[in-house]
Amino acid sequence: MLNTGRNIIPVALMVIVLVLAAAGSAHAKVEGDTIVLGAAVSLTGKYSTNGKNTQDGYELAVKRIDEMGGIKVAGKAYKLKIIYYDDESTPAHGAQLAERLISQDKVKFMLGPYSSGLTKAIAPVTEKYKIPMVEGNGASLSLFNKGYKYLFATLSTTEYYLKEAVNLAALEAKKQGKKASQLKVALAFENDPFSQDVRAGVVEDAKRHGMKIVIDDKLPPELNDMAATLTKVKALKPDLFLVSGHAKGAALAVRQTSAMKIDVPMIATTHCDSAKIAETLGAAAEYFLCASQWDRSLNYKDKWFGTAEDYAQRFEKEFNYAPPYQAAESTAAVLVYVDALQRAGSFDTKKVRDAIAATDMQTFYGNIKFDVTGKNIAKPMVLYQIQKGEYKVVAPTQWASSTLIHPRPKWSER
Amino acid sequence: MDSIQLLFDAPILSVQLLLDGLLIGAIFALAAYGMALVWGVMNLINIAQGEFVMLGGYVAFFLAQAGVHPLFGVPLAAVVLFVLGWMLYRAVIFRVVDKDLFISLLATFGLSILLQQLANEVFGADVRTAESGFGTLFLFDGMVTVAWIKVVAFVAALLAGGLLMLFLKKSRLGRAIRATAQNARAARIMGIDTNRVYAATYSLNAAICGAAGALVAMTWIIHPYLGLPYTARAFMIVVVAGLGNIAAVFTAALGLGAAENFAGFIMGAEYQAGFVFALLVVILIVRNAWLHRKRRYLQ
Repeated sequence: MLNTGRNIIPVALMVIVLVLAAAGSAHAKVEGDTIVLGAAVSLTGKYSTNGKNTQDGYELAVKRIDEMGGIKVAGKAYKLKIIYYDDESTPAHGAQLAERLISQDKVKFMLGPYSSGLTKAIAPVTEKYKIPMVEGNGASLSLFNKGYKYLFATLSTTEYYLKEAVNLAALEAKKQGKKASQLKVALAFENDPFSQDVRAGVVEDAKRHGMKIVIDDKLPPELNDMAATLTKVKALKPDLFLVSGHAKGAALAVRQTSAMKIDVPMIATTHCDSAKIAETLGAAAEYFLCASQWDRSLNYKDKWFGTAEDYAQRFEKEFNYAPPYQAAESTAAVLVYVDALQRAGSFDTKKVRDAIAATDMQTFYGNIKFDVTGKNIAKPMVLYQIQKGEYKVVAPTQWASSTLIHPRPKWSER
Repeated sequence: MDSIQLLFDAPILSVQLLLDGLLIGAIFALAAYGMALVWGVMNLINIAQGEFVMLGGYVAFFLAQAGVHPLFGVPLAAVVLFVLGWMLYRAVIFRVVDKDLFISLLATFGLSILLQQLANEVFGADVRTAESGFGTLFLFDGMVTVAWIKVVAFVAALLAGGLLMLFLKKSRLGRAIRATAQNARAARIMGIDTNRVYAATYSLNAAICGAAGALVAMTWIIHPYLGLPYTARAFMIVVVAGLGNIAAVFTAALGLGAAENFAGFIMGAEYQAGFVFALLVVILIVRNAWLHRKRRYLQ
């Protein structure tokens, strides 16, 4: 008896909590003149920096849409509001929060978290409830071969990261009166899912151009020296050398090609930005090509922000730092909703989902058009070349602000 | 096996591979001296070896950031790591030094994880380098290119080995270390403070690894998680070379570096580490068979 008596208090508390939670579901998809979106982002933990970039990107879009008088859906103007939860950079927590956003907060439209790992954890939840999720920070190809119908990504997926370098090399070969099929390609990719996705994209395009792959090394995850691979590069003299092994792969490639004075007409890598190769490695990094999702100097334009540079200036004014691409692709994710809701003229999730799938527009971030799997196939990756210690956009050529220096000057001539 | 064909077509490549291999081997040798010393004297396998290398690298990096030439980081890293080694001995190692090998293995494994995570927290996960500005050495009309800093590292490793040998032979502490290695109990009876000897040995090991780390920062790259390859290589070298002979450790390290580089060239980078450990197994089997035969001969 005493026991049941004691248990009454927690039980009563629980009932109150449940009632409150039910009351909380007044947060519907639309509250008066406000459309509510939901997102779990990493505000603490190992992704906290990029998590904040993501949130700032979302917030800038919300602010801008309000300034412009909101979104017109079926003749009525609506504001935007986003409910955020901190996923602490852990996938399991991200999935729980997605459940909470959908079943408790009754959010009908989701924005993505930061990183492929978190997106992988959340996508099954949004898929289960048939809630659309537009994300800007999950690049892994494996997100888009699971047959998800409600997941859309504004950014280029991993297999596109270095494709542009292959196509650029082919273009340069034609300019010099050579055939692309005469080119020799050397690959050094880390043996991890990300880098191998990048490699798969590169191999596909190299094959399409009929290029010959002369080196295809898989770098170990605990990579500490690339001398053996570079000796091979020196011997086989490829026309294009592609490296992907996160920050350490980029830094090692820069350092050791310079120390061993390896002459290759074109070298491209991923993760230059996180390895800070232009800032810390100086002359050794000169003429390297680096893959990136977006840059402020690109001449894309939209009706919301104007050009990429306009966006960047607005972002700086708002948050006091230059926008990294993580913020830009997040803003673009909100713009996808704005455009789709207007076209759908309804808040029905199925109709909005179909409108998102039919997206075909240009934003300051680039063109957006989804394929059947939900990934953006209209925006190419950007290639920087390091020229005089600065990152200059050299590809894709029709959006680029600088011209490629090709071939890289020989070490003996520098 | 196109790569083998390539070596025959352009034999000069072998020179490049051999030199690069020997020069990285010299860095492994430094980490291996320390491991052999600690293993031999204290009967302790130090898994945190690679983390000492990593921390030494950060000393050189911060020195370079402060505008001092990172080469001064080599002695400075040795000093800093000596102090750290002493503190770690007083805090952790002395508790496990006379325990089972398995316990000390676990303890130093824990230390290794702790140091990695602390470095990640304090220095950040970014990849760092320290620029020596020494340039490149061209051999055979520029067919073979070697960074000067690698040559410096090689000389430093040779020098460190020589000094260590001299120290163990001639100095009072060195003799005490050797006496303790031979028989700790007897050494204690003869009035040697073995606890002090152990502390000195462990700190000396950290110092040597720290110096190696400074050289790594100038030659390759450093980040909080670079330790494992150095620990693994040092372990393998010591297993092959034995505990008592510094010259053997140096030779084994150079051989390993060269073998590894050739393996990476011929089979591709993905089999480089695999080859090394396959080689370890072969060496152990061969050596065991050889020792066995010898023993039978003696009987």
